[in-house]
Parts: sequence; structure tokens; C-alpha cells
Amino acid sequence: MRHLLSTDELSLEEAILVLDTAAQMAATQSREIKKLPTLRGRTVVNLFFEDSTRTRISFETAAKRLSADVINFSAKGSSVSKGESLKDTALTLHAMGADAVVVRHWASGAPHQLAHSGWLGSADNPVAVLNAGDGTHQHPTQALLDAFTIRRHLVGRVGGAGGDGVGRDLAGLKVAVVGDVLHSRVARSNVRLLRTLGAQVTLVAPPTLLPVGVETWPCTTSYDLDETLAHGQPDAVMMLRVQRERMSGGAGAFFPSPLEYSRRYGLDHRRLAMLPAHTVVMHPGPMNRGLEISAEAADSPRSVIVEQVANGVAVRMAALYLLLAGDSSAEGSSI
Amino acid sequence: MPAYLLRSVRPLGGDPVDVVLGGPGAEGTIAQITPPGAAVAPDGDVVEVDGAGLVALPGLVDLHTHLREPGREDAETVRSGTRAAAAGGFTAVHAMANTSPVADTAGVVEQVWRLGEEAGWVDVFPVGAVTVGLDGERLAELGAMADSKARVRVFSDDGKCVHDPVLMRRALEYVKAFDGVIAQHAQEPRLTEGSQMHEGVVSAEIGLAGWPAVAEEAIIARDVLLAEHVGSRLHVCHLSTRGSVEIVRWAKARGIAVTAEATPHHLLLTDDLARGYDPRFKVNPPLRTADDVEAVREGLADGTIDIVATDHAPHPREDKDCEWAAAAFGMTGLETALSVVQETMVDTGRLTWADVARVLSGAPARIGRVADRHGRPIAVGEPANLVLVDPAARRVVDGATQETASANTPLQGREIPGRVVATFLRGRATVFDGAPVEADA
Ligand SMILES: [Zn+2]
Repeated sequence: MRHLLSTDELSLEEAILVLDTAAQMAATQSREIKKLPTLRGRTVVNLFFEDSTRTRISFETAAKRLSADVINFSAKGSSVSKGESLKDTALTLHAMGADAVVVRHWASGAPHQLAHSGWLGSADNPVAVLNAGDGTHQHPTQALLDAFTIRRHLVGRVGGAGGDGVGRDLAGLKVAVVGDVLHSRVARSNVRLLRTLGAQVTLVAPPTLLPVGVETWPCTTSYDLDETLAHGQPDAVMMLRVQRERMSGGAGAFFPSPLEYSRRYGLDHRRLAMLPAHTVVMHPGPMNRGLEISAEAADSPRSVIVEQVANGVAVRMAALYLLLAGDSSAEGSSI
Repeated sequence: MPAYLLRSVRPLGGDPVDVVLGGPGAEGTIAQITPPGAAVAPDGDVVEVDGAGLVALPGLVDLHTHLREPGREDAETVRSGTRAAAAGGFTAVHAMANTSPVADTAGVVEQVWRLGEEAGWVDVFPVGAVTVGLDGERLAELGAMADSKARVRVFSDDGKCVHDPVLMRRALEYVKAFDGVIAQHAQEPRLTEGSQMHEGVVSAEIGLAGWPAVAEEAIIARDVLLAEHVGSRLHVCHLSTRGSVEIVRWAKARGIAVTAEATPHHLLLTDDLARGYDPRFKVNPPLRTADDVEAVREGLADGTIDIVATDHAPHPREDKDCEWAAAAFGMTGLETALSVVQETMVDTGRLTWADVARVLSGAPARIGRVADRHGRPIAVGEPANLVLVDPAARRVVDGATQETASANTPLQGREIPGRVVATFLRGRATVFDGAPVEADA
């Protein structure tokens, strides 16, 4: 693979390679001089068609720590205007000699189109495309940083192996993903990757927020969070952000009220107490405190939410490194 | 204009005969049909054609074509679109009303009709809008369009659904005065807000907003009941789901005057194709599942679905060379429709060539009320509207070399069976040796 577009495309070996590489990158980040010379002279473009300061800064930090030149290109535009400049932008970036394009886009599939359209270089010399979140489709580095965080906390320690779980998959772990699965690229990415790594995933949501067709996904689903926590005893609980526009009342709303949602699907003090002692609480951010997650849950010792952000940089360094530095030890799998 | 002596062609795939088109005293009509070798060449200029192996069908009639003129001449013009139609074996097309301005007045439908006459490739029958500006709020002047030179009999807001049930009822009732038909684009608007493709396993996985089958089925169910209630004719455009086929089957069994069409792409392609996010496969209604495709084939085979209509929807390159969600809905189809019907229905043994003549010519001509001129039997004295097909030929589709002004064919690079060898419009070859023939050539 020459791109990172979706977690579907990652084999178990590739996924572990990314996580192990991220562990090496994380180790360098505790040194006094954090910067590595690895990608000196390479140009990484952050191409953002949708605002996300957090993700952009994470990728930018990752690229700079590897000594790459970074160009930030934001192409904000209305999602309804036709003939938007994806193609023209791609042609420009190619002409500028970009080595990798990190793309965030409101349209599902836009990174796939960039990678396969021929707009960005020729078939034998393509520009690497990293999907930084596309529509309601995929956000693979988010899933990788989630898996990295889970492995660090639960495999290295619970399993008794050393070194933050390096070299290991997530076999035997149970992960509950809770909330707006329908619109969530984080959920889609995580279901595939966690499954590849051997974990069992349960999606928990009201029926309105589970997609038609979810029954074919490699996971189980539940409408009942209490039941999932009490009997499923998950090792990690990943809360998804609820977008404000999904609950705007009336006939189009996906649930009756924010209050009802937080009662049925919010992670609060009571539910926190139902979890096994080792269970970690995750959230891709930004959080709606008091809606999908209470302040107590977000700030509890079980919460690894802040750590997820830090791990994001290490995982993105690993992805850029593996795509651009052409590691020969990763025979046939530059991720 | 020369007469044509077609040697050993097979009308509707039957036994070979010789057919003479035109000649003195028989201009524009079929002059002779004789056993092979028995035809007598008429006096004057005669072109003789070795038709061995060729199937002769009545000129095809498309009840659902988007010619884009006036307003989007960058996508297609009446001239380019009708030339493409002739290349596909058509001698008549019904031009949908969602142009700019909308074909909602006698003036616009006459303009489109006149452009068709001037181009001369096929007969163009404009479809009139049901509501002013396709706004779904007020009835357009349906009677004025019916009375115009264009003699409009088919009315449709296609591209949009006549959603208001009262307005739909009024439209169905009103057109009874001039034997019109309402052709409904069945799409419940609220259930399809923001929808990008069929709602199902594939949409869930690739993260494109889904478009449920029930959004189509609910409107068809409502409309057949309205048509029954007011005793009017309803035509269902491009039905695409198993449920839709079942509702129409039920309505017909009940005696409701409903007809239905399927497009070539809904006979052949599935929503799996969306996985590559290539906007060529973005269409309204969306490509459905393999089970729906099978149901549409069954429906066409058993007569539940009356006709195949192309829904030829040309778009300029920039409207398709972009993100799926931003891309226009629609695909071209005039030049490949017959081949797709051959591949999916004839070569699979589900339809005979006589059935193909029914679903692509006779029935659409009757639904559109142009059966006095088109969709006629192949018989002496009938208008010489014919298409000659070589069913043994195979070809690879290339949008760039087609006659339509747009290249958004979903069959790009695909090999398909059959080839239109010649098309005759009232005895004049509009296509000969597989290539369009200019009228003054
Ligand atoms: Zn339509």
C-alpha cells in the first residue's frame, strides 16, 4: 500500500507494524531533542477542506518532528457547491512537488478519489495520500491512535508482557463503542481495525443512530448501554461525540431530547462505577460534557482522553514515516 | 432519397425476409416484404444491403430522455442528443421537462419540438412539466401544452417527485381531458434528504448517506391508489427496487391503469460499484442490490414492467470529475440501451426480440400516445421506422467516442453485445454502416 485511506486495507501485520513504529516514535518524544531528521527535504501538505484545528495540528506536529517541510492548505467551501476544486487543487499540489498529502474532507471517498484518480501524479509515481477523516467514512489514524492507547494500557499490563504491548495484537479485549455510529468515521475505522487486531467490538446506540446494514459488520450491536456495561464488562469504553445538529428537535431529530440521550447513552458516574477496575474511558474529542459523557467520567482516573491526543502525534509520525521513508524492514508493506 | 433493399433481414428475430423501404409511390414507408431473394428493386436510386444475420426491429422509442436544451447546452443539445439517439437505434424520444427554463409552457415545449424537427435525427416529443418551474406547488398549463404544436401527452416533474398528494391527484384527474399521463419520479423527498446512494450494506460501509428503497415504494404505492381513485393513467418512471415491482404487479392485478419503466442501468448494475467512489455510478434513483436487479429483470420478463426507458442524463465532465457527494446524478444511456437489454434479457433467454420490440418501441409509443407514427409493426404500408441490429457483434464502450456531448457512461471500458448497423426514420437512413448520416449527405 502506498496510501493510508482506510483501516479496511490494513492487514494484522501492517497494523502491528504501525503501532510498533508509533511506540518507537513515542519513545523519541520523551527525549530532550524531539526532532528526527528522517523526512528532511520531503514536503507534506495538510489539505483541509473541513475545519479541524486539532487534527491539523497533530499531523503538522508529526511531520515537523520528522523534519519534513509542511504546507498547510485549507480549502474551505460549501459542501453543496459543485465542481469544487478537489481536482484542481490536486493538480496544483502535484505541480508543487508534494510527497504526501494529508487530506481532510467533508465528502466520503474524497481521499480515495485523490489517491486513485491520477490527479496526483502518475500510477507508478503517486503522491502518498493519508486520510485525515472523510465525511462519514473513515479516519484511520484516529483508529490507530485508539488501538495504540488501548494496547499501551491493557496489553502491556494486563497481559503481563512488557514494553507497552509492543509486538502484540489486541486479542481477547472487549471494546464498547457508544453513540452516533451512523455518522461516525471514528466508529467505522475502529470496528475494522479492532477486529483485525483481534478485539471484540460492541456498538451501542439508539436504533436511529445505527446504519442500515450494520448487521454485516464484524461486531455486535446493542441498544442498551447498561446491559453492555454490566454483562459485557468491556475493557475499553469509547464514547462518540454527538453532533448538535443531529438532535435539533422536530421530525428530523435522531432522538427526542439531549436529556433522554444522556440518560440512556451517556457515560456518567453511575455507569462508570459498573466498569471493571482496569477499564479505560476514551473519546475522540471534542467532548460534549454533560451529553455523551459527564465531567466526572471525562476527568476520572480511568479517562485516557488526554493521552489519546498525545498518542495521535506518535501514530501520525509512524504513518508518515512508513509511507515516505520506505522502510525496507517492512517488506511489501509500506503500510 | 434512395430506396433501400434489405436482403435477408430477420424482423423481430424471425425468419429472414427481404424488405424494401421507400421507392416511387411508397416514400417513407415499407414498400415490400418478400421471401429472401424475391424482392423487386424499385425504380430509381436503390441501396442494397446484405442483411444476413441482422435483426430488424421497429425504430426504438425512448419515453425518458434528457436533452438538456434549453439551458444546459454544455451537457447536451437537442441536436447532439438526438444524434446519439439515432446511433442507439431510436427514431423517437420524449424529452424531459427539467430544462432551463423548465418546459412548463406551450412556448418552451414548442421550442424543443421545433429544434427536434430541425435536427431531423429522430422525432422529438417534449414532455411537459406537471408543476410550474417543477416547484411542486402549482399546476402548469397542461392543456396549453397538450394543444400546442408539440401535442404533449406525457407530463412529468422528473428529477423531482410530485410530492403533494393533492396536487398529484389534481394532475392525474386533469390530464384525463386530453388522454395525458403523469410520469412520476417516485422519490419521497424527506426520506431522501442528502441521500447519495442506495441505503444498505454498501452505504453503511463506505459512509455515503443512504437512500432507502421505501422512499420509492411509498410514493408508488400512494400513486397507484390515487390513479385508481380518480380513474386515470399513471406511469412510474425508472422503478428500481423489488418492492416497487411488487406494488406495480399488485396494482395491475387490481386493474389499475399503471405502466412502469426500468432503465438499462437498473437491469445491469448494482450499488457495489459505489465502492470506488466513481461518480459515473451516481444516479437517481440509485443503483440497488443484486436482488433488486433480479426483481427488475423478472418484472420486465413477466410484463409487470412495460418498457425500458434510458433516463439518458448527460453531464459535462466537471460535474462528474469531483467528489461523489458534489457530483451530479445521472448517466448517459441512449447509445448502449439496446445492448444492455440484449445482454441482460435476450442473451439470458428471458425476452425474445419480439419482446424487445414491445418494451423498447411498441409499448413506449402507446404510453406516450405516438403509436400512430412509432412502435408500429414491420408490415407493408407502415412508416419505415426501423433499426437493424447485429446481435453477434461485440464492442467496448468508450464515452469519448460516443455521439452524445457528454461522456458519463457507467459502461466505460466494458464490453457489451450487439451493434446498431442502421436506423431508418421514415425511410431515410439516419445511421448506416454503424455511423450517423447527415441529412444533406
Ligand atoms: Zn427521474
